[in-house]
Amino acid sequence: MKTLKVLSLIVIMTVVSAFTVKPDTDGYKVGDLATDFSLENIDGKMVSLSDYKEAKGFIVVFTCNTCPYAVAYEDRIVALDKKYASKGYPVIAIMPNNTDVKPGDNMEAMKARAKAKGFTFPYLVDKGQKIYPQYGATKTPHVYILEKTRKGNEVKYIGAIDDNYKDAASVNTKYVEDAVDTLLDGGEVKVKETRAIGCSIKV
Amino acid sequence: MKQIVLVVFLLFVGCKNENPQIEEKVDKVTAEVVEPGSESIELEIYDYDGLEPLINKKDDKIHVVNFWATWCAPCVKELPYFEVVNEKYQDKNVEVLLVSLDFPKNYDSKLKPFMSKHKLQSKVVAFDDTDQNRWIPAIDENWSGAIPATIIYNNDKRLFYERSFTQEELENELKQFLK
Repeated sequence: MKTLKVLSLIVIMTVVSAFTVKPDTDGYKVGDLATDFSLENIDGKMVSLSDYKEAKGFIVVFTCNTCPYAVAYEDRIVALDKKYASKGYPVIAIMPNNTDVKPGDNMEAMKARAKAKGFTFPYLVDKGQKIYPQYGATKTPHVYILEKTRKGNEVKYIGAIDDNYKDAASVNTKYVEDAVDTLLDGGEVKVKETRAIGCSIKV
Repeated sequence: MKQIVLVVFLLFVGCKNENPQIEEKVDKVTAEVVEPGSESIELEIYDYDGLEPLINKKDDKIHVVNFWATWCAPCVKELPYFEVVNEKYQDKNVEVLLVSLDFPKNYDSKLKPFMSKHKLQSKVVAFDDTDQNRWIPAIDENWSGAIPATIIYNNDKRLFYERSFTQEELENELKQFLK
């Protein structure tokens, strides 16, 4: 009997691990429920999505200090939070890189950048790099828009902030703004997934 | 019982750690100072319509196309491997194309000095097209948009890699195309 228990346990563990150990390319698709987390902010406090009782959803941005594309988008990320936090969609920025590989993304550097740029949103560290693989983020910047539903935080959009990293003034389509505006109106997001070049997340 | 659970747990954890780590620790290499000779480099700059024929050549060669940038540390780390491939397999009909995604404002200050400093022998072109949502899936449906990324193709076969290579890994991939 005991052997049977052990055997079944082994089988269960194997099955569970088969689903847990996903290749890097996997992650959330639009419609999936996103995991909550408890990650350290630059002020030393732990932040979770569940802390935001009033939020209708979230603009989760995997970003960092050192990637030129992420840097090019800093002001636009700040603008997104200013525009949408009060409407119920705050920006939650998560720095996913291994800071041993990228010291320019360490806590001190993150604090300095947040201060210099006037970040109005949490800038969290994915310590241990457990969260970004679950989301399926592959690069910085990489955006996930979540809508709070009864089932949980549902992924509504994955991809780029807009269609011109180089020049905010030349943007034709603001993917994230369009998606959040639609969600606030109770509609169905039209462009659910976009791609953009970014810096691979450093492991 | 507890011990077995622990063993199984450790196996599970060990398994997780066996995931291939595609990027290694690297030092950032950038050419901040203007290299002598870099002013004379004539850089070919393309948008996607211009690049498209260059990455879809219908000749009898094996083409290795690498998307990189001087600011991308893992790209810079693997660049010498592509240079080796270019040199070593030249007589095997292999052609390397290095497609730089550096920002245009850095062509003169970073890209050209880098090309000059490292004496790049493979063909380098600059790619400047902001409509990424159009060309990333056009280049490969599975590309999430992270670099480095590489295509190896000939008339019969086309493989796409969103990852870094070691010298050996790159040559092993190339060998599938060599007859």
